[in-house]
Amino acid sequence: MSRRTTLLSALALTTALGAVSPALAKTFVYCSEGSPENFNPMLNTTGTSLQASAPVYEGLTAFKTGTTEVVGALAEKWDVSADGLVYTFHLRHNVKWHSNKNFKPTRGFNADDVVFSFDRQANKENPYHKVTGGGYDYYNDMDMPKLLKSVTKVDDYTVKFTLSAPQAPFIADIAMPFASIQSKEYADGLLKMGKPELIDQEPIGTGPFEFVQYVKDATIRFKRFDAYYNGKAKVDTLVYSINKDAAVRLAKLRANECQSTLNLAPADLPSIRSDKNLTLLSQPGLNVGYLAFNTTKKPFDDVRVRMAVNMAVDKKAILTAVYQGAGQAAKNLIPPTMWSYNDKVEDFKYDPAAAKKLLADAGVAEGTEVDLWAMPVQRPYNPDAKRIGELMQADLAKVGIKAKIVSYEWGEYRKRAQAGEGQMVQMGWSGDNGDPDNFFAVLASCAAAKANSLTKWCNPTYDAMITKAATISNVAERTKLYQQAQVEMHKDAPYLFIAHSVVFLPMRANVTGLKIQAVGSENFLNVDLK
Amino acid sequence: MLIVPTFIGVTLLSFTLIHLVPGDPIEARVGERGIAPERLAALRHEFGYDQPLWKQFVDYEVQVVHGDLGVSLVTRQTVWSEFLTLFPATIELAFCAIGFAVLIGIPLGVVAALRRGTPFDYGLMGASVTGASMPIFWWGLMMILVFSVGFGWTPVSGRVSDMYFVEPWSGFMLIDCWFSDDEGACRSTLSHLILPTIVLGTIPLANFARMTRSAMLEVLGEDYIRTARAKGLSGMRVTVVHALRNALIPVVTVIGLSVGGLLGGAILTETIFAWPGVGHWIIESIQRRDYPVLQGGTLLIAIIVIGVNLGVDMLYSVLNPRIRR
Repeated sequence: MSRRTTLLSALALTTALGAVSPALAKTFVYCSEGSPENFNPMLNTTGTSLQASAPVYEGLTAFKTGTTEVVGALAEKWDVSADGLVYTFHLRHNVKWHSNKNFKPTRGFNADDVVFSFDRQANKENPYHKVTGGGYDYYNDMDMPKLLKSVTKVDDYTVKFTLSAPQAPFIADIAMPFASIQSKEYADGLLKMGKPELIDQEPIGTGPFEFVQYVKDATIRFKRFDAYYNGKAKVDTLVYSINKDAAVRLAKLRANECQSTLNLAPADLPSIRSDKNLTLLSQPGLNVGYLAFNTTKKPFDDVRVRMAVNMAVDKKAILTAVYQGAGQAAKNLIPPTMWSYNDKVEDFKYDPAAAKKLLADAGVAEGTEVDLWAMPVQRPYNPDAKRIGELMQADLAKVGIKAKIVSYEWGEYRKRAQAGEGQMVQMGWSGDNGDPDNFFAVLASCAAAKANSLTKWCNPTYDAMITKAATISNVAERTKLYQQAQVEMHKDAPYLFIAHSVVFLPMRANVTGLKIQAVGSENFLNVDLK
Repeated sequence: MLIVPTFIGVTLLSFTLIHLVPGDPIEARVGERGIAPERLAALRHEFGYDQPLWKQFVDYEVQVVHGDLGVSLVTRQTVWSEFLTLFPATIELAFCAIGFAVLIGIPLGVVAALRRGTPFDYGLMGASVTGASMPIFWWGLMMILVFSVGFGWTPVSGRVSDMYFVEPWSGFMLIDCWFSDDEGACRSTLSHLILPTIVLGTIPLANFARMTRSAMLEVLGEDYIRTARAKGLSGMRVTVVHALRNALIPVVTVIGLSVGGLLGGAILTETIFAWPGVGHWIIESIQRRDYPVLQGGTLLIAIIVIGVNLGVDMLYSVLNPRIRR
């Protein structure tokens, strides 16, 4: 059939019948939320961007699907020296690199690629250091410049990482996307071609899917990488269909235009559950939403006031009204799914009368005015900070505190809050690597109090415990220390922990092999369509 | 010569407006963890945001005059290259919407004028007032809910089914699918165009119909129409050649003016239908405080609107020879 006839008949058919359902190779369409900034996880911090390169890249270690357990990926195994300073990684053999029009690999993955990938981030002289802006925010945030003394090649399949101090979460740190491995051979080739920036736009990795095409704001297309060392993916093509609007993503899922999606409105969850064509997976998220008390500002420098606010706020009402069943009440900084969670800590009971008495004891006069900050953005751990603020405001009014709700544009909000301008600030945290240190140290250490922490709380006993815990690799010992640290934190009440939200993954009923990832992006290796 | 003040005006306006929006382009992208002061300072320096505002504006003007619209803060791609990859999608949609509005709006207006005072006329005018005041966002979502989710007749969003791989040769999906020689891809492209075209075309359609009706009514009362009828010309000939051609002059003005509105409407339509065009791109740039994209995108759209208005002025002279004199 000629093209003209084709188009004309297509026009006639389309107008007559409307939509069409093409039957091609097995394709899995995932409705994602936005366009990635580029395809290099070293440079990105947003979930959307990290997710976009996840099917392509791998690191030395990875998180086991659905858990925070760290397992080997490109590294088969590793040894840690007795002093905890040297990590020796034994790399997997026979790992092949993807290829594209600019690159046909002549060798498989080896130690040179590992050294290159870390050197790119660490070494200002590396020709790739400044390519695509060269942010490396995660590398810096995880303190790698200070921690990593050297990364050296021992032989083709052995790499030695030397640390400046023992750091138990290191193995979990390098399972994060920023520690993904890029091909040195590809990098060298692009440099010769004079197009180094392509390394972050047309990614070459070792993962289960090869990058095919990205159409800005529309689709990211991947094809199965048949030479993947860990078994072939079940679908031939993986497509991310980019749709910013949650209502449209849901509509596409219902219309079977995509087979899975993310971040739908909590209000839509009941209708998804009752739809027999859809399945809804859920799992407690690795996050916490809280109200931080600025312990350097009156009246919150008094622990009695912090406790009183904890008792005055009706958490249950917030969970029902705002989280709509997609959250569980929080009493500790870390979520209950994380190892070392101390369930023995008893949450403050909702008791306005006791709260009022505590406030009176602390000398807080009836009608005292305080500010209560509400974030302008929606986050998994806090779906509606303004609404939560209003509920808290009403609760506080009952115990004689007049709270004024304050909000700024996001960048401004975060900056001012971290500078310690607020008295009570809503914020939260989503874990990066499943290690408790990523919550306890980042949010509440004494070092954080001097820098970005919102509470400015520094308790030397707590700080000594978490600092020690980060240096020992025995999990049982670490657990003990973190559990004690939670008791210590509860005594001082620098936060009002609101909730840990539940993460949902809606999909078509015929999808198999897709699980919620506790940390990081969805893994599509075992995804299939029945 | 008016181009120079227009250029300065547009760039100054977009520059001022984006700087009035609270938030810093670098800070807006930082998450809960915050950003080290040194890194913030380095980034601000790299993009020149540590300079006084007037200097930033002058630098920007100089850069634009040299044909450089800057680099996106988010993707680090040039604004030009991003615009060029996205613009065909917008043009394709706008073209279809205008075509839809003209092909349906003008005949409807003519019929309403010829049947003045009949229930058809009243019904059409009522519908066109509703159409012209239709909130695009609501309208788009309703269409999706009814036709895509409810009946399953049309796809929900995008330009082509994600099942098809069409090499973006020209950027115009209708052309690219033609060359891909994939029947299914073309069918899918057409079906994806239906809803966005209707949604984006609704307001102009209503306006064209009303404008055509009133222009036709005015012309139909003219002496030359009576003369034409008296000459014994057929009703069709009088309507199309004598009346419509003259009535089209104000309609063409409205069509030209609606291009600006259409690009504005495209921003919403593209957002609802996840249509990867410049409207979508600009909305995203506002949220991300991507100054270069927002300024560059606004400037390019302004240039296009000016160009279209110029084209309309030239078209007048074709329609109305008196203007040529």
